[in-house]
Amino acid sequence: MKFNKIMLGASVLALSTTPLMAQDMTIVSWGGAYSSSQQNAYHDPYMATNPGVNIINDESSAEAVAKLRAMAEAGNTTWDVVDVEAADAIRLCDEGLAMEIDVDSQLAPGDDGSTATEDFGNMLVSECFIPQIVFSTTFGYRTDMVPEGTPAPTGACDVFDLETYPGKRSLNKQPIANMEWALICDGVAYDDVYDMLETDEGQARAFAKLDTIKDETIWWSASAEPVQLLADGEVFMASAYNGRLFSMIAEQGQPVGMAWDWQMYDLDGWIIPANLSDERRQAALDYVYFATDTQRLADQAKYISYGPARASSAPLVGKHATLGIDMGPHMPTDPRNAENTFVKNYSWWADYRDDLDEKFQAWLLQ
Amino acid sequence: MSDSSPVIAADGRPLKASLNRALRRQKIRALLLIAPLLLFVLVTFIAPIADMLFRSVENDIVSNTLPRTVVALDDWDAGSGETPDEMIFAALAADLAEAVAAKRHTQLGTRLNYELSGMSSLFRKTGRQVKKLDMDAPFREQFLEIEEDWADPEIWITIKANSSKYTAGYFLNAVDLQNGPDGIEARPENQRIYVKLFGRTIFLSISITLSCFLLGYPIAFLLANLKARTSNILMILVLLPFWTSLLVRTSAWKVLLQQQGVINDVLVWIGLVADDNRLELINNQTGTIIAMTHILLPFMILPLYSVMKTIPITYVRAAKSLGATNWTTFWRVYFPQSVPGIGAGSILVFILAIGYYITPALVGGTSGTFISNRIAYHISSSLNWGLGAALGAILLALVLVLYGLYDKIVGIDNVKLG
Repeated sequence: MKFNKIMLGASVLALSTTPLMAQDMTIVSWGGAYSSSQQNAYHDPYMATNPGVNIINDESSAEAVAKLRAMAEAGNTTWDVVDVEAADAIRLCDEGLAMEIDVDSQLAPGDDGSTATEDFGNMLVSECFIPQIVFSTTFGYRTDMVPEGTPAPTGACDVFDLETYPGKRSLNKQPIANMEWALICDGVAYDDVYDMLETDEGQARAFAKLDTIKDETIWWSASAEPVQLLADGEVFMASAYNGRLFSMIAEQGQPVGMAWDWQMYDLDGWIIPANLSDERRQAALDYVYFATDTQRLADQAKYISYGPARASSAPLVGKHATLGIDMGPHMPTDPRNAENTFVKNYSWWADYRDDLDEKFQAWLLQ
Repeated sequence: MSDSSPVIAADGRPLKASLNRALRRQKIRALLLIAPLLLFVLVTFIAPIADMLFRSVENDIVSNTLPRTVVALDDWDAGSGETPDEMIFAALAADLAEAVAAKRHTQLGTRLNYELSGMSSLFRKTGRQVKKLDMDAPFREQFLEIEEDWADPEIWITIKANSSKYTAGYFLNAVDLQNGPDGIEARPENQRIYVKLFGRTIFLSISITLSCFLLGYPIAFLLANLKARTSNILMILVLLPFWTSLLVRTSAWKVLLQQQGVINDVLVWIGLVADDNRLELINNQTGTIIAMTHILLPFMILPLYSVMKTIPITYVRAAKSLGATNWTTFWRVYFPQSVPGIGAGSILVFILAIGYYITPALVGGTSGTFISNRIAYHISSSLNWGLGAALGAILLALVLVLYGLYDKIVGIDNVKLG
């Protein structure tokens, strides 16, 4: 009896204090330099204007699709806003795991008077996808490990050239990007790459090309890993997201150079999981409205070299927040970096990801 | 005896009945005492495992998502090598329209993709076009227009083969087999990985057990035979890593073993290894064996130590006084008495090793990973829970078989944990 009274008292106390406590919002992203740019550009200013919200960072974006599927199956979605690549957003949308967004009513209009739809333009690749940045997957190499008398590597195809550039390399432990590079560096024309990847022969050809460097490759799964491997001098060359490489070169002064040729363009943005409670959905929408307006997207580019997804943000991109260097030349879209670029076909990947994942994982273990 | 009148207890009942009653009461009391634990184990251990194992045969997604198609396919002859007729396509159109509205077609595609690569993209692509289907025109042509793969009989064979509520498909897959049109057959060569992985898991676990034994035996011997003060210090050295977080120890091995790491640096510095030819100690099997031997070593040392502690030193003295050499004394007198400890340590290390996954995932690269890494991949990344469950069930059976084998050879009564 006494015990019951205490319990009752405790729960009354708990109930009455809940509204006073900050509301937690779990935002899932990629960690490292990227998450800290979001912390600086979005989370901190948002929490400053909304003292009732407490943002919790989760660094699970790499497994976002799998985890959201599992959460939906378990009937308990604990994430509020999730940062994913465009291809994953399309997949999640198809599977009913992400909420559909009404762009013009739920996102901020551009600073220059354009509507949100006009401002994002062709970045709106799925009904559920709220675009944030344009980034690229490209290569970094150790400048101090280039063999004497040879020119420095310039692009993705140098990773397959073990004779000129011996040593370990690091690639992402997934088919995406690696399959395209393998074909393009095997002499397939740019326009034929995806048609070819749909066929068994094309896939076999890509795997055969990857076979040539398989023994020399360390596979990474978290996006902070290749940068760490480069910093330790464990690998000569590694594929990584260009913003990560920027932060290690410009901010940490590591002896690493960029090999931009055939960099792989991609989009990254937010999705809001489907089936959130009304209250949480409202909070998530409010955050996303704030975090993807013109100024906020431009602000992020002060911390990391990714291009903002809004046209109206471009003129506002200037210098690095602390280093004061011009961000322009470090952007993947800068003409000097963009001689040969590969635009990743996210809708193709949304369709073929399951098929190729399966084959790629089996190939890894062969 | 039974005919003679029963012995009567003090309360006038037959002694037998009253004894039984007392015993029963005792049993119930004992059961009640362990009931909380039993319930706990049932709810948190047995039930989830049973549920997970059940997933390895469960297969209702096809018949639930495409009910009409499954019924229509009953009359279709899978061996005919012909594309099904209009009626079946009409059933498919109706089923898919419902599935797409509920956004369930992608899950079905993912499920069927486990059996036939390409099904996932087929269902996703088709799902996007289903709304545009003309309900009056022939469906067959429309589907072939969306994706000509629908003409491939293999697609239909796969759907038909997986339309029953239960399947052996996951178990077949887990041993590199598949259900072909003519019964069970081997999977294509580039997809056969699991038998190899099971083999590798056993081989690496045995290697780790062996190296734990070789390293652990002398240490346990020292611990058991040194003066208490020295052996206590040694004991702390054994236990300290045991108490340190697993992740910390594994990460420490990363720093030590990598090519630009401490061990390679030292070897280069003494001149044992050329600078441009540093040893590859990590991201392969060597890395897994080294790191896991270190992590599992205490599980070998502790049982060995507690058994050696109980071996009376007088036996050794007696052997020596009878003229045995040091080696004979050890081999004929001491070692046989320490066998129960070896048994306990080896079983512990081996069974822990065979199911390990964090350490191999971090230091094993692709050649040093275990079957458990694959199970983890299917549970948390590919979400092929059925296959993960089948692999887990096989692993469980394998451990039980090995345990039985061990019992036959060494005898489980000979195992002593202390």
